[in-house]
Amino acid sequence: MYLARVTGRVVATQRYEGLAGVALQWIQPLDEDGKPMGEALVACSVVSSGPGDMVTFVDGREAALACPTTFVPVDAAIVGFVEQAVSKGVDLARVAGGA
Amino acid sequence: MLIGKVIGSVVATQKDEKLEGRKLLVVQVHNHVNKPLDQYVVAVDSVQAGPGDMVLYATGSSARQTTLTEGRPCDAVVMAVVDSWDLGGDNVYEKWA
Repeated sequence: MYLARVTGRVVATQRYEGLAGVALQWIQPLDEDGKPMGEALVACSVVSSGPGDMVTFVDGREAALACPTTFVPVDAAIVGFVEQAVSKGVDLARVAGGA
Repeated sequence: MLIGKVIGSVVATQKDEKLEGRKLLVVQVHNHVNKPLDQYVVAVDSVQAGPGDMVLYATGSSARQTTLTEGRPCDAVVMAVVDSWDLGGDNVYEKWA
C-alpha cells in the first residue's frame, strides 16, 4: 500500500463488464516526504476521492478486491482517503501540492 | 492501470492453445500528459478495442481476472477504451477532439 495524490479523472464508457460505476482516477504515488515518486497511474476509486486529495492505494491483484465485483482486471485501487499522514514528524496531508 | 494507444495487433497461429481466439493488441504506452513513451506491451483485448483507440490495460495477475484470460498465460489485458481524461480539470485527451 502507498500514499498518492489524486491528480485527474478518466472517462471510459466502453469497459470490461463488472467495472460499471467504478470511478477511474489518475494518481501520483508519493514518497515518505510527500514528494512525487515514480510514474502516475490510473486506479479504480471506491472512496469519494477527487483531484487534489491524498489517498492510500493498493496495486497488484489485491486491487480488484477493493472493487464492487472482485473478479475484474484491476491492478490499482484507491482504498483510503487520508486525513492525516505523519512521517518524520511532518503531517504530509498538510504538505501543499505533492504532485 | 496504465494508458496506451493501440498501434497494431499480433497474429500468431502457432501459439499456446490456451490463447486461441484471443485478440492480441500491440499497445504503445502513453504517460499522464499523453506523451507516447518508448515502451509497448502486447495485451489480450477484452473490450473490442481497435487500432488507434486509447485504452487502459491491467498487468500482472490481475490480467487473468476476466472470463477471456482466467487460467491462461496472460499478463496484460486491455480492459477499457478511453473517451477522455483530465488532470486537475484541464482536458488532456478527448477521443472526439
